[in-house]
Amino acid sequence: MKRHDEVTGQASNHATDPRAHFDDRSGRLAKESKAAADRHDPEVHGAAVTLDDVSITFGDHVAVRNVTLQMPARQVTALVGPSGCGKTSVLRAINRLHDHTGGAVRGSVRLGNLDVYGPDVQPEVLRSRIGMVFQRPNPFPTMSIFDNVISGLRFNGVRNKRLLREMGIAALHNAALWDIVKDRLNQPALRLSGGQQQRLCIARALAIEPEVLLMDEPCSALDPVATAKIEDLIRHLSGEVTIALVTHNMFQAARVSDNVAVFLLGDDRVGELVEVGPTDRVFDTPDDARTKAYVSGHVG
Amino acid sequence: MRTLPTVQVALDGAMPDMGLAEVARRRLVVRDSARRSIRRRRMAGRAMQVICLIAVPIGVAPLVALVLATVSKGAGAVNIGFLLHAPTPSGVPGGGISTAIAGSGEIVAYAIALAVPMGLFIALFLFERPGGIASTIRFSADVMSGVPSIIIGIFAYAVYVERFHHFSNVAAGFALGVLMLPIMVRANEEAMRTVSVDLWEAGVSLGARRSRVARSVVLRGALPGVVTGNLLAVARGVGETAPLLFTVASPTFAMTLLIFNDATQPFSDAQQTAWGTALVLLALVLILSVTARMVAWTLNRKTR
Repeated sequence: MKRHDEVTGQASNHATDPRAHFDDRSGRLAKESKAAADRHDPEVHGAAVTLDDVSITFGDHVAVRNVTLQMPARQVTALVGPSGCGKTSVLRAINRLHDHTGGAVRGSVRLGNLDVYGPDVQPEVLRSRIGMVFQRPNPFPTMSIFDNVISGLRFNGVRNKRLLREMGIAALHNAALWDIVKDRLNQPALRLSGGQQQRLCIARALAIEPEVLLMDEPCSALDPVATAKIEDLIRHLSGEVTIALVTHNMFQAARVSDNVAVFLLGDDRVGELVEVGPTDRVFDTPDDARTKAYVSGHVG
Repeated sequence: MRTLPTVQVALDGAMPDMGLAEVARRRLVVRDSARRSIRRRRMAGRAMQVICLIAVPIGVAPLVALVLATVSKGAGAVNIGFLLHAPTPSGVPGGGISTAIAGSGEIVAYAIALAVPMGLFIALFLFERPGGIASTIRFSADVMSGVPSIIIGIFAYAVYVERFHHFSNVAAGFALGVLMLPIMVRANEEAMRTVSVDLWEAGVSLGARRSRVARSVVLRGALPGVVTGNLLAVARGVGETAPLLFTVASPTFAMTLLIFNDATQPFSDAQQTAWGTALVLLALVLILSVTARMVAWTLNRKTR
């Protein structure tokens, strides 16, 4: 088997690798959807996420309240703040995961023009537009590496083998994982290292070509090198996908995000959004005194 | 602030840059597929739900029917006297099953005295000393729990009754203990496995001896599972008949034997006694199972 250098040598090997079917893909993709793509459908060109006066409660406990926040399309918005101030709750409200955890979401969440909690919205269809990456890598342990990547496509009714292979390979390329796994696509996913598993999860989320990618502290279980790779990935993806990134790491927020939303605990132990704006502005000249204390490391 | 260096990975050139139009096309493929297939997927989901909803009553029906039948036929026989009086010959009114209840209690007590400590120590060995011997023991336990109970009865007969030349509740307790032991061993070991290695290492790294960690960390953590598993094994043993056939002196000394004996007699009062005993036994087993759940629940609650 030919050795592949991780940093260089990619492009040339790519053409000679028999599994790299992406170059000779059929016109099927283009044919099927060219018309719609030309329509300039806002749905397929990336959607902004808009939260308007969102409050989330679990029984009597209010997790976070009155969040009004715009996550611009194809940009990275970091949600930062101390533990327990509702960042993750906000994230999970976007793809309606609270439907399953007994959380009540009030206010309006919109994906582009679509009301996420509207009466006609089918949660499954909604979630096929939104990818999610969790704190700990959670590849499906019973599936191979490649089956993990295309699992979302399968769940959404894609059955065409050629299409599955093309899109799976594309997702692996997008997650910068192709070089590492191309010779072991059929191995169990758990044989990968932690950082690679997390990138596999990102590839899995990207395979359904989401307009929005929700990332819930994706690096908290990873070492600095693996973290750096994920951060590069986030930067690379930001032109295509709207990314909402929950992180505890101020430096990470500063490195990868275009916008920052700072959450803090209010006096009554309820999480609230304190400040939101372009990353540079929020870090350099925060409006709110609490934000200033938090981002400069005096609090939290 | 944003200029902190990061390790550069090969992202550019990894794939021909296809631009947003290509991304948009691929997105449409998935969206179309998701939308086109959602009706089918929902139907499939509904169908599965319906199957589950049908399966529940079918699965629960035998249990309900069994309890109803036992209660309706046995309730007439059961009263305080039935529980407190000794059996009388068929045709003589006023008989009870006190000897059978006492005998069953005695037999189960012997079985518990034998099987519970043994089960704990064997499980601890399996947990603490993994290896060839442990695997062999584990495998034997699995085989043992599949051995027909009548064979365990014959075994107890051979090693006890034949040697000492008399039937006895001790022999019966021995037989039941042998029957319950493998179930307890496996349940205990499973419970111990739920205690994470992290906790074991935390204990050892504090300077505790292995035996102390086994007691204070492993056994303590496994306690809910251990109690539940043992009680369920006892509930299982109480209802056994075959191991007692060759070991108990008289069918009036054990509830299950009494049921077997009286139910096969042509006299209606004997059959009535059998139903009544069945009801008492069923209630006993139910109480044991419920107790097992409650104990586990209480013990689990204490840790949060």
